[in-house]
Amino acid sequence: MSQEWHEIVVEALKANDIRLIPYVPDNVLKPLIAAIHADPFFTAFTAAREEEAVGIVAGGAMAGMRGMVLMQTSGFATLANVLASLPCAYQIPVLLMVSERGTLGEFNTGQAAVWRTMRPTLEALGMEYHVITRLDECGFIVDRTVKQALLTQQPAALILSPLLTGGKISPVKARG
Amino acid sequence: MSDNTHRMNRFDLMQRMVARLRHEEAVIGGIGHTNFDLWSAGHRPQNFYMLGSMGLAVPIALGVALAQPQRRVFALEGDGSILMQLGCLTTVATLRPRNLTILVMDNGSYQITGGQPTPAAGGADYVAIARGCGLANSVWAKDETDFERLVEESLVGEGPNLIGLKLDDQKPPTQTERDPAQIRDRFMRGLGVKKSKLPG
Repeated sequence: MSQEWHEIVVEALKANDIRLIPYVPDNVLKPLIAAIHADPFFTAFTAAREEEAVGIVAGGAMAGMRGMVLMQTSGFATLANVLASLPCAYQIPVLLMVSERGTLGEFNTGQAAVWRTMRPTLEALGMEYHVITRLDECGFIVDRTVKQALLTQQPAALILSPLLTGGKISPVKARG
Repeated sequence: MSDNTHRMNRFDLMQRMVARLRHEEAVIGGIGHTNFDLWSAGHRPQNFYMLGSMGLAVPIALGVALAQPQRRVFALEGDGSILMQLGCLTTVATLRPRNLTILVMDNGSYQITGGQPTPAAGGADYVAIARGCGLANSVWAKDETDFERLVEESLVGEGPNLIGLKLDDQKPPTQTERDPAQIRDRFMRGLGVKKSKLPG
């Protein structure tokens, strides 16, 4: 039986010694968050804002504890200033994992609108990012993106597409 | 009633604090005049100076404190800055890092942009806010001597601690050198994380 996407992510994080996981929760991330909390290898906890979590991972990385921030698309949209002025400017390998909302069946107009800002923001920041769409590519993309971020001292983002996770589907049927 | 009517000078306080750091304690200086005065008090390899990301001195210090639980860590944050990220006080209260101390440098204004009053001008009390967030060891320093005593306590006692400091309106004597990659490199060497044959 093949592994689930979140099991593959946990394996890649452990293989690269990524231990510090502050997050702002998201429905799609639930199984990953649960798996990380269940494993004493990780130090995982909620942060009040994604900016705060970026600061925590930046501090941890400079002090020798590697980390990754978990969030959803709307959370990423709050980050341009701190990404530009902390991990980008100081060359700190802050890793982001973004559960992608706002596309491929989104039901919330606010999420769909904020989704359109994510890739342009990453491009404008000059940040390395990859979108994970397939289970058979998941381990390779996570492992190599993490390794490159660490070796080049640069932040990077991993976007979990609904094609990989199933996304979050509408609780109601379309009308009209 | 808060015992915080005595106004102190930030540069003087930074000199008093730095003189008491004898075990390579990490210090994270928040943006603007907060880290300028830390810099002006004399550079140490374990100092990190922020050049943006307003409000993240406490989160950065928390990350350092979690990564190196044997090292004492200080976060220096301005009042305007802490207002941007009050939620981080709840995170610190929940995780309870025993090696972390937060200094709130309260001059009531955005000094670097012309001294405009902060939105806390209505009477917000940062020590009361911190206590309300769950940080029981939160106090205003009564004066310079009291500040020195609180720093000494935070070097040996159980954190997390928060020290509120009411400041005068004096500006820093010098400005931090703005080279972020170099600041990060020196800080990582200072924390024993980075080893390099390149001269530091």
